[in-house]
Amino acid sequence: MPTGRNSLAPITLLLGSLSLALLALIVLSSGLGFVTIPWPTVIRIIGSGIAGAEGLLGEVQELYLTVVFDVRLPRILTAAAVGSGLALSGVVFQGLLLNPLADPYTLGVSAGAAFGASLALLFDLSLFGSYTVPVFAFACAGLTLAAVIYLSASAGGVSSNNLILSGVIVTAILSAGISLFKYLAQERVSVIVFWLLGSFASCTWTDAALTWSVTAAGMAVFLYFGRDLNLLCLGGRTASSLGVEPGRVRMILLLTGSCLAAVCVSVSGIIGFVGLLVPHMMRSITGPDHHKLLPASLLVGGILLLGADTVTRALLPAEVPIGVLTALIGGPFFCVIFRKRQMTI
Amino acid sequence: MLYRLDKLSFCYGQTPVLEDVSLELQAGTFYGILGPNGSGKTTFLDLISGHKRPSGGSIRFNGRSLDRYGKKELARQIAMVPQDFALSFPFRVEEIVLMGRYPHLPRFAAPAGKDQAMARLAMEQTGTAAFRNRYITELSGGEKQRVIFARALAQQTPVLLLDEATSNLDVKYGLQLLQLARQRNRLESTTVVAVFHDVNQAACFCDELLFFKQGRLLTSGPTATILSPPTLKDAFDVQAKVFYEPELQARQVVFKPPEPDGAHQPGRTLPGDSKPKHGQQQPTDGQTCLD
Repeated sequence: MPTGRNSLAPITLLLGSLSLALLALIVLSSGLGFVTIPWPTVIRIIGSGIAGAEGLLGEVQELYLTVVFDVRLPRILTAAAVGSGLALSGVVFQGLLLNPLADPYTLGVSAGAAFGASLALLFDLSLFGSYTVPVFAFACAGLTLAAVIYLSASAGGVSSNNLILSGVIVTAILSAGISLFKYLAQERVSVIVFWLLGSFASCTWTDAALTWSVTAAGMAVFLYFGRDLNLLCLGGRTASSLGVEPGRVRMILLLTGSCLAAVCVSVSGIIGFVGLLVPHMMRSITGPDHHKLLPASLLVGGILLLGADTVTRALLPAEVPIGVLTALIGGPFFCVIFRKRQMTI
Repeated sequence: MLYRLDKLSFCYGQTPVLEDVSLELQAGTFYGILGPNGSGKTTFLDLISGHKRPSGGSIRFNGRSLDRYGKKELARQIAMVPQDFALSFPFRVEEIVLMGRYPHLPRFAAPAGKDQAMARLAMEQTGTAAFRNRYITELSGGEKQRVIFARALAQQTPVLLLDEATSNLDVKYGLQLLQLARQRNRLESTTVVAVFHDVNQAACFCDELLFFKQGRLLTSGPTATILSPPTLKDAFDVQAKVFYEPELQARQVVFKPPEPDGAHQPGRTLPGDSKPKHGQQQPTDGQTCLD
């Protein structure tokens, strides 16, 4: 609550400890895997990378260097960024659509991305080299979003119900398309299925840089409109009477949130529940004020998805697709929250 | 003059909701808007608050076209207490009331001591200070309405719009809030434009009344002269007795139930007249006056 310095302390403390937890998890996760590296060594390797000081390395094995820098860190950082991005997007969608069941995929972004990726995989396209699948996924997600917004606008105003319904319709059509692609792919169907289940296995530094910069940009936009977002949570009419231009701000935030989700999906495949669960968890801790909810969700989203990816990469005997794991853990957890809060909609 | 409305109209798609409304509103006056359901009262408020754009005609506010104002600038001039509000997220009461100060604050500035004080005063005046730290989602309908009213007071605007703002409230709180609006009106010359469901409340608080019917301005004028049986007959299609209540120093209205056989009301045919015992055609407006 904005009542001066006294109340700033708990949220600062929360964000501080969450940041530390995320950093600790990054270090821990970098050490875990087929080759286990002790964490002091990991810190030295990362430290030398940041500071550019070769001296810090000492007699660290060349192998460790490669494992941490070329294999694990890109994947770890991408997983954290995607988790953060999806959580942020989820917060914004739930606020804008006045619906606690909304998530980043409500407007059909995931179905669009999946459609694009399946298309590229089915026809084995390679227009953009190794980025063909993500580029197709992102392009189709964008087209889907445009279609959903067009559909809801022509149905009489971009209201939250219209948007949700349009998203459901378009998602249903695209899902049928994806099923058709799978059918046509015959024995190559596994490629499509694996992509859809989501994975960070082949992430590169480019992926990490892309997801982090898009997440950071999204965060900046959301925080800029944080106060407007709080007012939009109270309905368009109220927001309007308190100085927000509901139509314009809502559109900016929807587009930003969807772009963020689209980039995340394009890089990692479809990972459910993070965008639905994290905003709920955090709202019950920080309250619905977006100036606190957004940073807290950013950090927790990163922690959760990185945690899940570390479990599947390093702890489980065989790698389970990350999308499956998040749904398996997230689903029951969501049931608990759901029952506890007795959410009504 | 505060508002000058010229041939104002508004349509939802092809359906006209408000047609050809021309009138002037003076600063510092307490206006009441009356009319049957669906007569365009709420749309009228949405138009003069700048929330909806007119389909035709023009609105001048303080001599300037309303759509030339920025949203935030307008929110420093006009506050609105809506009839229904979405409160799906558990904000605390104090947070909601402080939102009334947002239009006065730069984007990243935290509310200052002055803003806190105004919010606190508004909460004390509306009797919501006692639950300032509770979640808005936990409150009863009437309590929520008072919180929203507190937010509009904290907004400290020269114009206050009330859209049946007291319809969810117990009589006591309804009168209390209208009294607060009148106090603002008398002490700070705040212009109040309020949609009323209850004719007698309107008669008690308003300087001027505007009657709407089927999307048109039927008639308007000072309460002391305009509130008469013929006006009520025109607006609501009911027989009424209007009398002067010395204690309130205002006119009050008693509605007469429709005659069972309709024989004494020539020109008036109600579909249910053949079943007189049900008597459900009675308008609900003004029922509290019979309490």
